Amino acid sequence: MRLLFGTVFALAIAAAIGLGATWIALTRGTAYGGVTIGAWTAWPKSGTPGIDPYARAMVARTGDLPVGSGDGVAFYARADDAGLPLDGRCDVLVSGITPQARFWTMTLYNLEGRLVANSVQRQGFTSQEIIRKADGSFDVTVGPRARPGNWLPTGGVEKYLLVLRLYDTPIGMAARTGREAPMPSISKRACL
Amino acid sequence: MIRMTLWLLGALLLGGIVHLATVLILPRMATQDAYARVSAIAPVNSVIAVPPPTPENALMPFMDPAFAVSVCRYDLSRAPLKFSVPISQAYTSVSFYTRSDVPYYAINDRAAGRRVIELDLMTAAQRAELPEDQDITAADRLIVTSPTTTGLIMIRALVPELGAVPAARNALAAARCRPQ
Repeated sequence: MRLLFGTVFALAIAAAIGLGATWIALTRGTAYGGVTIGAWTAWPKSGTPGIDPYARAMVARTGDLPVGSGDGVAFYARADDAGLPLDGRCDVLVSGITPQARFWTMTLYNLEGRLVANSVQRQGFTSQEIIRKADGSFDVTVGPRARPGNWLPTGGVEKYLLVLRLYDTPIGMAARTGREAPMPSISKRACL
Repeated sequence: MIRMTLWLLGALLLGGIVHLATVLILPRMATQDAYARVSAIAPVNSVIAVPPPTPENALMPFMDPAFAVSVCRYDLSRAPLKFSVPISQAYTSVSFYTRSDVPYYAINDRAAGRRVIELDLMTAAQRAELPEDQDITAADRLIVTSPTTTGLIMIRALVPELGAVPAARNALAAARCRPQ
């Protein structure tokens, strides 16, 4: 009787721990080998056959296709430089320069990876469209209300993330610091 | 008390095994992965244009809206594949994914160095069967080896500004992937 009780108890705990850990790992996005520069994080290894099992399971679950490392690299930001989650009801200033790349795009998604509907049908900028300052740097205002210059509308959603994709870039697994790969800063401004 | 602790320890160990096993098995069990999503719109060994992502509808999450995309879902079980796409004005890239959505090769217009990206896709076994002399004479023939018999080729052309949509779409419309 005692043995039976013990077995059932152990199996129940094992199932709860095992499945719970898998669920948390896959929904929280805890892949290994992330390269974090400022507010931005990329997983360059996910673009190679050396992709780790967690990233692989995540890719299978979400239906996403990672950017191949021969194509480019994608940096994700879901919080600003101060670590506060990006809030679509606030103005956020993305400012600076990007690492060397032939082209880049910056796109706004909700947390599920869908584009966000807005009145001007703008979901992102390409390096060709963006208006730069005299020194080559740029400012993008991400916010709910129209702004002069580069305005990326949030559609007023509560949470979102920004994805900066660099195409045909030498930035890869070796880049670790902001000096090799200068990423734009993300700072929060006024809220609605 | 000791017996209880032992049971608990055993449970923890087993939990760890369950966790690792589920993480490793999940990619094989997934029914909504990118390959499955593409299978729903694309027949085997032909190039299909992927509709641009909108807030309401997207074939896959995190698609870059700045690109025109076509896809070829390939099956090499009968014969190797010949692939070609003319490059568009801005940036064209071709990425290869295995059946389990792992990128294993990518080439872009600049690396190709020509007006057309042209290559042969085959499995390791098919490559081994190639007559040797053929391998040498066709030195400029690009051969890509696929780790799996099925997989995806994503063809992407950058649309640097809205006016360039037709040009990018035209380049992709001329893409071919055919068994040899």
